[in-house]
Amino acid sequence: MQTSLKQPVLRVLDLVVDLKSHRVLNGINLDVFGGEILGFVGSSGAGKSVLLRTILGLLPKRQGRIEVFNVDLDQADEDQRQGIERRWGVLFQQGALFSSLTVGQNVEFPMNEYLNLSDRLMTDMAITKLEMVGLNPDVYWKYPSELSGGMVKRVALARALALDPEILFLDEPTSGLDPISAGDFDQLILTLQRTSKMAVFMVTHDLDSLHTICDRIAVLSDGKIGEAGTMETMLASQHPWLRAYFHGARGRTGRRAAG
Amino acid sequence: MTAGTLNSGQARGDALMLAAAGSWTVEYANTLEPQVEAAASTEARTRSVAIDAAQIDRLDTFGAWLLERAMRSWTERGCETRLIGLREDYRGLFEKVHTGTHVLAPEPPKRNFIIVALERIGRTMATVGDDLVNLAQMIGALMIALKRVALRPWTFRLTSMVNHLERVAWQAVPIVLLITLLIGAILAQQGIFHFRKFGADIYVIDMVGVLVLREVGVLIVCIMVAGRSGSAYTAELGAMKMREEVDALRTMGFDPIEVLILPRIVALVIAVPILTFLGSIAALYGGGVVSWAYGGIEPAAFISRLREAISLETFEVGMLKAPFMALVIGMVACIEGLQVQGSAESVGEHTTNSVVKSIFLVIVLDGVFAMFFASIGM
Repeated sequence: MQTSLKQPVLRVLDLVVDLKSHRVLNGINLDVFGGEILGFVGSSGAGKSVLLRTILGLLPKRQGRIEVFNVDLDQADEDQRQGIERRWGVLFQQGALFSSLTVGQNVEFPMNEYLNLSDRLMTDMAITKLEMVGLNPDVYWKYPSELSGGMVKRVALARALALDPEILFLDEPTSGLDPISAGDFDQLILTLQRTSKMAVFMVTHDLDSLHTICDRIAVLSDGKIGEAGTMETMLASQHPWLRAYFHGARGRTGRRAAG
Repeated sequence: MTAGTLNSGQARGDALMLAAAGSWTVEYANTLEPQVEAAASTEARTRSVAIDAAQIDRLDTFGAWLLERAMRSWTERGCETRLIGLREDYRGLFEKVHTGTHVLAPEPPKRNFIIVALERIGRTMATVGDDLVNLAQMIGALMIALKRVALRPWTFRLTSMVNHLERVAWQAVPIVLLITLLIGAILAQQGIFHFRKFGADIYVIDMVGVLVLREVGVLIVCIMVAGRSGSAYTAELGAMKMREEVDALRTMGFDPIEVLILPRIVALVIAVPILTFLGSIAALYGGGVVSWAYGGIEPAAFISRLREAISLETFEVGMLKAPFMALVIGMVACIEGLQVQGSAESVGEHTTNSVVKSIFLVIVLDGVFAMFFASIGM
């Protein structure tokens, strides 16, 4: 079941998505390989989150195919689908922590639902996860409303990692964090990804993240994947939007920061 | 892929050797845990323990923690513990788990539930005073906003007011008509059923007429409006407060009372009398239909009896109350809306409060009006 490297864990084939009568995604083809960090960029409103939500099954699609771990999500029965959902983790933009549960209960929630573990092991694992994302175990008893924005993101990441997923979906993980915290968060994702070898699909606007941690970058423009490849490919691309994106004022500072 | 196992070891000299094998992953965590427990609890007579991890073909944080837990329990008992042969690519993961403290501070003590209950009662009592202060403040703020608008009438948000009027008056008409019609019908049915015993069927018309026009019409409409429009006001304003729209207005030099609240309350003050009128008529109609169908009172007889039973005063009493009730509902809804903080829960809590408080105040106010009208002989 371990996904070997260089095998696509997620395949999106010819995906078309309409929101109301407006065509947002028009023939997306995208592969995410095991063990890589894929950065997904595109202008605001281009439909990055729509693609993410469609992959996760939160939005209906008009046509196309989505395969996760070589299983077509349309063909998957209830059990298969649940098995897949157990093997992916999602970090929502605002964290989406359950506000009526404590941090500990939030992290234990997926374990509680999917696994038959002893309470002690569950608590131990929740603490392990919290420490892995760089939090003090004391937050275990706190409620999400008592946490700062950066801590909420970390707890949400711990929850996304609760079941040791093989694909991690991140929706703008560093938005709303100051540059130092954002840099820390990037490093955290990189460390966790390197230790557990999961695939990471990251929707982002953060040029620093793209430079420092992404193995590959895919660009969404006009409802299609405009370009996909390494940072070098991106920088060399003649695509007008890409030129503006990576060679604009912010792009240059980002590149300098990455050295 | 095979399930993870931990073989109970054999002592070699003064070293105990255990062999871990298979998948030490989340899928097998619940079967691995007892094995780890058993191995860790057996009395180690040796000075050192080693786990041979060479046969582990998959490891994740669950497995890494279980290994770590076993090793910790031996270390605590003074054994020297080693993990040998772990595959290179799992080292980083194991180190990451190994470096954590894994110590959970005890849960902060829960307070005695009696004290918590008493505290809650005390706080609720204290907030009654706050509510009155808030209500007084809102009246004052409304008056100031009204004065400003009166001096510069063109600043009144007419469009906004008409929009709210459509929502709280026009769109509420069908449901208000339906409910009051039913209430009128039920009143008449009950009246006929009981009055018939005394042969006093015809007095049902007096009862329905007076009750509907003086009390029931306006009360039912106000309860409906509090539940339907008051809650909407609270939730709307609460969401706007949450997304800092109210703060944005304030920083641009607008008074939220004037921009957001005045149009809403004016709309309500116009809507409730209209709805009360329509509702009362519907209730009389419902009463009339039941009197005819169930009590055998001809419509002509009903109308002529109604004319004798009620006066313009009866109607006035109900209608006079309506705008004041509307004011109370609107103010409570807006006060609660502006008190919303941060979370989604807060919106729910204040919306509930808004409906409960405005219905309560409407009924209290109705009692005050009853005493007032009695003393002036209406």
